[in-house]
Amino acid sequence: MSVWQKHEIFEKYSMVLVIGILLVVAIGGLVEIVPLFYLKSTIEKVSGMRPYTPLELAGRNIYIREGCYLCHSQMIRPMRDELERYGHYSLAAESMYDHPFQWGSKRTGPDLARVGGKYSDEWHRDHLRDPRSVVPESVMPGYPFLLKAKLDERGIEDHLKTQVMVGVPYSEDDIAQAKADLEAQANPDSDGVDGLLERYPKAVVRDFDGNPKMVSEMDALVAYLQVLGTLVDFSVYDNKADFR
Amino acid sequence: MARPTHARYLTMEQGGYVAFLIVVALACLIVSGKTYDNVMAFHAAFGALVTAGGAFFILKRYFDSDGVLPPQEIDGRPNYNMGPVKFCSVAAMFWGLAGFTVGLIIALQLAFPVLNFDLPWTNFGRLRPLHTSAVIFAFGGNVLLATSFYVVQRTSQARMPGIVTPWFVAIGYNAFIVIAGTGYLLGVTQSKEYAEPEWYADLWLTVVWVAYLLVFLGTLWKRKEPHIYVANWFYLAFIITIAMLHIVNNLTIPVSIYGTKSYIVWAGVQDAMVQWWYGHNAVGFFLTAGFLAIMYYFVPKRADRPVYSYRLSIVHFWALIFLYIWAGPHHLHYTALPQWASTLGMTFSIMLWMPSWGGMINGLMTLSGAWDKLRTDPVLRMMVVSVAFYGMSTFEGPLMSVRAVNGLSHYTDWTIGHVHSGALGWVGYISFGALYCLIPWLWNKRELYSLKLVNWHFWISTIGIVFYISSMWVSGILQGLMWRAYDALGFLEYSFVETVAAMHWFYVLRAFGGGLFLVGAIIMAFNLWMTVTRGEAEAAEPALAPAE
Repeated sequence: MSVWQKHEIFEKYSMVLVIGILLVVAIGGLVEIVPLFYLKSTIEKVSGMRPYTPLELAGRNIYIREGCYLCHSQMIRPMRDELERYGHYSLAAESMYDHPFQWGSKRTGPDLARVGGKYSDEWHRDHLRDPRSVVPESVMPGYPFLLKAKLDERGIEDHLKTQVMVGVPYSEDDIAQAKADLEAQANPDSDGVDGLLERYPKAVVRDFDGNPKMVSEMDALVAYLQVLGTLVDFSVYDNKADFR
Repeated sequence: MARPTHARYLTMEQGGYVAFLIVVALACLIVSGKTYDNVMAFHAAFGALVTAGGAFFILKRYFDSDGVLPPQEIDGRPNYNMGPVKFCSVAAMFWGLAGFTVGLIIALQLAFPVLNFDLPWTNFGRLRPLHTSAVIFAFGGNVLLATSFYVVQRTSQARMPGIVTPWFVAIGYNAFIVIAGTGYLLGVTQSKEYAEPEWYADLWLTVVWVAYLLVFLGTLWKRKEPHIYVANWFYLAFIITIAMLHIVNNLTIPVSIYGTKSYIVWAGVQDAMVQWWYGHNAVGFFLTAGFLAIMYYFVPKRADRPVYSYRLSIVHFWALIFLYIWAGPHHLHYTALPQWASTLGMTFSIMLWMPSWGGMINGLMTLSGAWDKLRTDPVLRMMVVSVAFYGMSTFEGPLMSVRAVNGLSHYTDWTIGHVHSGALGWVGYISFGALYCLIPWLWNKRELYSLKLVNWHFWISTIGIVFYISSMWVSGILQGLMWRAYDALGFLEYSFVETVAAMHWFYVLRAFGGGLFLVGAIIMAFNLWMTVTRGEAEAAEPALAPAE
């Protein structure tokens, strides 16, 4: 009996075919995905990483909502031109609290992995409102509506709680203070700033959108952009330790 | 067997669906009333409407027909259930036109950013997922539903099981499309490419998909042929694997069941790996295995020749589905993904070239002895060119998966061009070919309204594809080279925005190519419409041989 005839079993019994397919398509994923959860070298040891502040998290959700990731990557590759253009190549540790990841797949616009601190809040505000007012050749859409939209703060505690469920280390205190922290970060004069900075070291506290009357979606988005790539302390990071 | 089966009561299936749909409708009503999230309120209301409407129609049909079930056979021949097939074919054409139009709009937005209108609902970031989902899942998905329901019934010589289930799959799937698409416009997205719909849409799709698998398997179980036809292996692999990918990639925890937002359980590097394991196999199993099934049925049928090699199809099938699933990490070269993983992805992508071309050869060589038909039959020509495009993009893919090449091509328009040679050339043309075959068959017409118009469609679209992919090759490679160019003093030669400005004319040309492709599809829609409404009925009297 030739080996080709043995294939009959798959052609005559649909459930054998189903099981055959399942086994064959499961292997690749198992081999490639599962080790990433237990190989210790997957995520580098760094100092400085912390979860996003409530305002940054809200800004990140606006970044996702508007589909920014479709034109901007957040993943600097270890190539000479990218290091010069954007800075240190991205580490896995830098996105370990990112649910979901925002590495992106296309650079219609530049990489944003280290855009934090590169431009002023005013520049971001003008650029997001009308990109061509600051970069004439830009093809980015304008987002003037972010300035007018009040940030929806309802349920921010639930957002943090859900983040905890998926593994982000927010404390009970972080959750309880979420709303206060969110408002404090956009109001440098408020009483909550000290608590915020204690919970989230290096958090940038500013009136990001230049409008002290309300916390807008622009406040949140700029707060997020300003933290990107600024958390890991590269002065103490050992490049050699993580050669993989 | 011609006797209709009488049933005084609702069948278990009908009753079960009525109960299920009413429960879902009530749940939707509660969510709709309690949520403060406007999009959730809208989607829940839409869900309540569709599910309540579904329950109503099941009952209406039951009472109208007095509980009589459609016969399994009429005069000893299977009484195929073609209603859902017709529905999905029409939906495919509709969504195709919609998806191509949105594609043209976003192509123009990249060339002329003023077209974003500075509004939330019209900006590129929200329209781009609308385009990709509309063409992949709405157009492609409906083509797959229509053809798989057709092919599995014909090759099994049996009517699909169920009275409600096939319609539940067809309408439920399209309801998912509406929820996903309107969600994107209103800013609801998981941001996982090609898996953007949020948790509640994913949940609904999972239910629909299980029903789809059951209808498909159920038809196979009723088959009168001892062997399962090769096209059905591919459909089955597509259905099963998409279920696996969909569930793992969308494991997510909603912030509240009254809200749209959820957080995915995977984080960072693991999420990236899971996403591209999913993403590349949405290509591999949705856009390849499923459409290869179409090739394995429609090409032999239209050419009136048997499949070239039975053994090659066995090797093709198992090698393709085994290798494809590994290819994902080639999307993550030089990233923070460990190098062993991206090397595996690259290695398997290169190996994948072989079964891909095996499949192409099997499709093309099926025309042995019928090559002359390419001169006279533009539908067959479309399908053959589609297989040729398949060969081209499955060569380009392994090439781009090589780390050194990917270092240049990644993040550029080269990727977009590559995707579109597969999407427009392969998936688009094999779908068009299948629909051109299917519509006259379904509506009992002798032939299409006009083969001349098919010819126009073919040439206009082909020129469009050439414009599209060549402009993207040039712009992609140009941009990749500009990013890494250094001047004589050792400084980066171009600022980023100079590389953006250099893309302008290529974006204009790309939009022109996409526009031609859309024009072709409009001609097709007109042709199909005329076929259904004005076409000559099939074999009311013996057909006359056409004058040659």
